[in-house]
Parts: sequence; C-alpha cells; structure tokens
Amino acid sequence: MSAPVSPIREPLIEGGKTYHQITEDICAPTERVPSMTWIIAFMVAVSGLTLYVFCVAWTIWVGIGSWNLNRTIGWGWDITNFVWWVGIGHAGTLISAILLLFRQRWRTGVNRAAEAMTIFAVICAGQFPLIHMGRLWLGFFIFPYPNTRGPLWVNFNSPLLWDVFAISTYFIVSLLFWYTGLVPDLATVRDRATGLRRKIYNYVSFGWTGSAKHWQRWESLSLVLAGLSTPLVLSVHTIVSFDFATSVIPGWHTTIFPPYFVAGAIFSGFAMVQTLMVITRKVHGLQEYVTLQHIESMNKVILLTGTIVGVAYLTELFIAWYSGYVYEQFAFANRVLGPYWWAYLGMMTCNVLSPQLFWFKSMRRSLFWTFVMSIFVNIGMWFERFVIIATTLARDYLPSSWSYYTPTWVEIGLFVGTLGLFFTLFLIFARVAPVVAIAEIKSILKVAGDQYIGPNAKHHHEHEHETITKSTDTHH
Amino acid sequence: MENQNKEVLYGLYDDEEILLKAVRQAKDDHLNIMDVYSPFPVHGLDPLLGLSESRLHQAGFVYGAIGTLTAFLFMSWVFTRDWPIIFGGKPYWSVPAFIPITFEVTVLFAAVGMVVTFYTICGMAPGVTNPTLDDRITDDKFCIAFQTNGASEAEVDRLRIFLSSTGASEVNSKTI
Repeated sequence: MSAPVSPIREPLIEGGKTYHQITEDICAPTERVPSMTWIIAFMVAVSGLTLYVFCVAWTIWVGIGSWNLNRTIGWGWDITNFVWWVGIGHAGTLISAILLLFRQRWRTGVNRAAEAMTIFAVICAGQFPLIHMGRLWLGFFIFPYPNTRGPLWVNFNSPLLWDVFAISTYFIVSLLFWYTGLVPDLATVRDRATGLRRKIYNYVSFGWTGSAKHWQRWESLSLVLAGLSTPLVLSVHTIVSFDFATSVIPGWHTTIFPPYFVAGAIFSGFAMVQTLMVITRKVHGLQEYVTLQHIESMNKVILLTGTIVGVAYLTELFIAWYSGYVYEQFAFANRVLGPYWWAYLGMMTCNVLSPQLFWFKSMRRSLFWTFVMSIFVNIGMWFERFVIIATTLARDYLPSSWSYYTPTWVEIGLFVGTLGLFFTLFLIFARVAPVVAIAEIKSILKVAGDQYIGPNAKHHHEHEHETITKSTDTHH
Repeated sequence: MENQNKEVLYGLYDDEEILLKAVRQAKDDHLNIMDVYSPFPVHGLDPLLGLSESRLHQAGFVYGAIGTLTAFLFMSWVFTRDWPIIFGGKPYWSVPAFIPITFEVTVLFAAVGMVVTFYTICGMAPGVTNPTLDDRITDDKFCIAFQTNGASEAEVDRLRIFLSSTGASEVNSKTI
C-alpha cells in the first residue's frame, strides 16, 4: 500500500479523506432525493428519447424513403451518427483498460463514469445500422444461425459482418468489465441501505462479501479483462474503418484509416468524458475525486490525439497529391473545396486548430475552456465522419450521378433522439450507482491522497523511508 | 452450501497496515484464520494467508483458445464444405479475411468464460445473499475472522486476546 511515490506526483484525492468519508461522499448522490437540476435534465433527456422513439416508428412505418438518402449517397446521417457514437464509446475502455495496464492512477477517478458512457454510447451506435436496414424486423439475419435457406450463411469475408462481431463483442465485454468493477461498490451501497433499497442492491451486488480470495480473483479478472479489452478497443474502430477502407471508393480506400480512426475515436471519447465529468463532478460534489489534475490529464490526451488526427488529415492530402491518381486527387480536392467545404472547414477548425489551445497549462486547467473545447471536439468529430461519408459519395466516378444531400427532419430527429437516449441512460446511472469507483479510490488513497503526498502532506510512512534508504544504499 | 452454521469470532481493524501486521502475527502464532474481509484489495495479504495465485487467467486462456478454434473452424467449414461461394474472386478458404472475426470471438469467449467462472467459484449470482459479518466491511473496516465451531472456551479466549492485542478496534462473534 505504501509504495514509494515520486515527490513530483500531484495528489489525486483532495480534502484529507478517510476511507469512511470516501464512502459517504460517493454514495451520497444515490441516497438523497433527486435535485431539481437532475429532474429538469432528466425531463429534457426523456423528451429527446421520446423524439427518438417517434422517429424510429416513423422510419419503420413510412420506410427509408422518409430519409433523404438517394442512389448516389446511400450513407448519410445514419452511418455518420453510428461512427460518431462508436468513436465516443472508445474512451471508457481506453481509460479503464489501457490506463490500468500503464498503471496510471488518475484513471480511478473517472473510469467508472467513462465506462458507463462507453456502454451507453455503444447502445446509441448500435441503433443506426439496425434502423438503416429498413426492415428492422429482419435484423437477426446478420447473425450466422442455422436457417431453412440452405442453410445459407452470412458473408464472413465482409467488413460489415466483422463490424457486427466487433460491436457485439465490444458491447458485451465492456458491459462485463464495467459491471464486475461495479459489484463491490454496489455492495457498499447495499450495506448502507435499508428496506426495499437494501433488497434491490442486495440483488444487484450478487452477494459480494469482500473476502480476501474474492478480491484476489477480482483483481486477476480485472487485469486479464483489461488485457483483452486493450486489443479489442483498438480492433473495434479498426474494423469500423474497414467498412470504408476495404471498398474501392477514392477517399475511402486508404491504409491510413485504421490508426486514424482509432486516434479520432479516443479523441472524441475523451471529449465526451470531459463534457460529462465537468458537469457530474459539480452536480455530485465530487471535485475532490475528479480534480483539476484529472481534467488536465485528459486534456493532454485530447491534445495528443487531436494532433495525431490533424497529422492524419494532412497526410491524406499529401498522399492523394503524391499518388498521381486523378480520382484520389479529385476526391480530396472535392473534400476541401467542393460543395461540402463548410463541413471540412468545421472539421479542421474544431479538431485540429482548437485543441492546440491545450498547449497552455492555464487552458488545460480551466473548467470553462475544457467544457467549451469538449463540445467543439464533439462537433468536429461529427463533421469528420460526415465529411468522409457524404462528401465522398456525393461526387463519384460519373458526373451524371453527382448529387447533394441534406437530411430530413426524421434523420435530424433520430440523431437528437439518440442524444436523448444517451443522457437518459447516463442520468439514471448517475442516480443509482456510484459514479466513482469507491474501492479503487480507497486503494490509492495512501499513495494519492493529499494528506499523504504533495505540499500539504502530513503523514509519512516508515516504509517510504526504508525504500529510500535502500535505494541510496545501492547507489553507494 | 454447508448445512452447519459457522460460529465466527472476528475482529475489526481500522487500517490495512494494522491488519497486515495482525495477519503476520497470526501466521507466526500458527492461528488458523478462516478469512479476511476488506473494503478494497489489500496487497501483500495473499502470501500471508497462504492463498495461491488465482488460476482464473489460465481458464481465460482455455476459453479464448476454444473461441479461436470455434470461429476459425466454423468459418472454414462453411466456406469450404457446407456452402462454398466465391467472394470477389478470392479463394474459398480466404484465411486473412477470417482474422477479424476469429479475434473477436476469441476475446468474447475468454471474457464471458472468465466472468462466468469468477462468479461461479466465488458463489456469486444475481440475487444471492452471502452472509456478511459487519456492514462496515464494505466501508472502512478490515476484518479477520476465525471459525470457532467446536473450539474450547480457552481457545476462543486466546483468539479474543489475539484480536484485541493486535489492534482490533472491535471484537465480536456471530453465527453465520
């Protein structure tokens, strides 16, 4: 527990917390009557969800003709939204898996909420390919099940089927990882509750006792799930990019797509985590657990991935020119200067230029700018997918087929509706479950609490001195 | 589930470092600890309690391998035996195209298998109620528990003295 901590590490838990205080602080929002802010936010979110249900019903009743897709532009807002949501759904697993493997302690403050966000974002993403099928009731055709048509199997060579496997696996594994992490904390809520609440939390905490052997297995399981999720999270957006990259459309058929999509996914995912955490920490009074230190770390990730995405945009342009292939050159000239120039400009401004603000420490630590930037990045990344999909399709090989596309109210309603779905789920989660991983916060308290490290440290451990003495001994 | 109820004598400690010292002391005194409960994983506890490393990850490897074989052999069977179709002029047995799905199914089997195994061997499931000694164990108390079925008064007293002398803030007994 009392491992040596570098003196330059800043505390991640402020306020000189005790174990009991941590339990109190994090369980409290689930135990009190919802605030007016929450009720209003929930009503707005549920209105969005209602709009979503209405638009889905409309699409199914009237048919896909209620959208403005045409023979030239077969993918529009639907697939743009799908890729956007899947991308957002990458931050949770990245934070909980990759940062666990890298032993980044700051992940404990935000991993729970980020994983929840991942699951809800993947739920939203999954809606679009399904509705887009048109005949939703035949959606089960995408799974390889024995059927009476031969059996005629699905095409295992198709990236669209790879996507089915990737997204379903990602959803299931993220859900298991998240819930297994949540079980000990639900037990904490259970042991504080009485009456009906106790019965409910008893049901969902699976009979957790906190036995030493169970903790050992729990840690072993978490580590292996993190190890599995790391290549998984990279594979998911790689496979999403294959939907485009394995086609023969100029502007899509590029080998840069997998790494560029993955960087973009992390970028947009972290932006959404920031949007949610800036609000949640304030509303739930969790500023001492999700500190400016956490916000700053995430802004650094946003700066890095935003810059990677920027380099990818420029590389694409350069390679298109350098390839000497006229169709490729045209596709990119059209992206920048064609009828959708405004989308390209929006993408470049929001994704590449604006994150450069985060080179300044004061900007990285400013809540206002973090929030503004997170919205910018979310918009920018939506534009990116729109640019890739709609502008490329709008100008294909035959000028006689060229087209232009604007969404109908149904398509806009579906997008706004999934925001409603997402926030409804997140608001419910923030009410019923601890939004910060209680057990994990407790386990880093003695190496990251501000009473142990940093300028206000009061306690010193004899073990630390031992280690320091030992290390000096080896130097002599 | 054992039919016989367990009589348990347990001490609650306020800090994991006091707990670790107590467990070390118990080991030196050759006391037979039934279990230790804590609000978060206490590192360094497993070797003291004589807990061997979890073999869950080995099970995970086996599940993953089953997933790999299931996916790869199934796709191979479908496209070479059951219903061969040429897609895009590629060979029937187009191995590189099978890689993504093989990978996803490997991860899926390993993850689901491990999670199911974890809950099964821990005796956990939705709705299960396992007896707990104190509600504060999931909050801020660290607990050492001794089973005292059939123990003589003198032995129980010895354990009681051990618990309070090693820094337990509370010593209680309970039948679970």
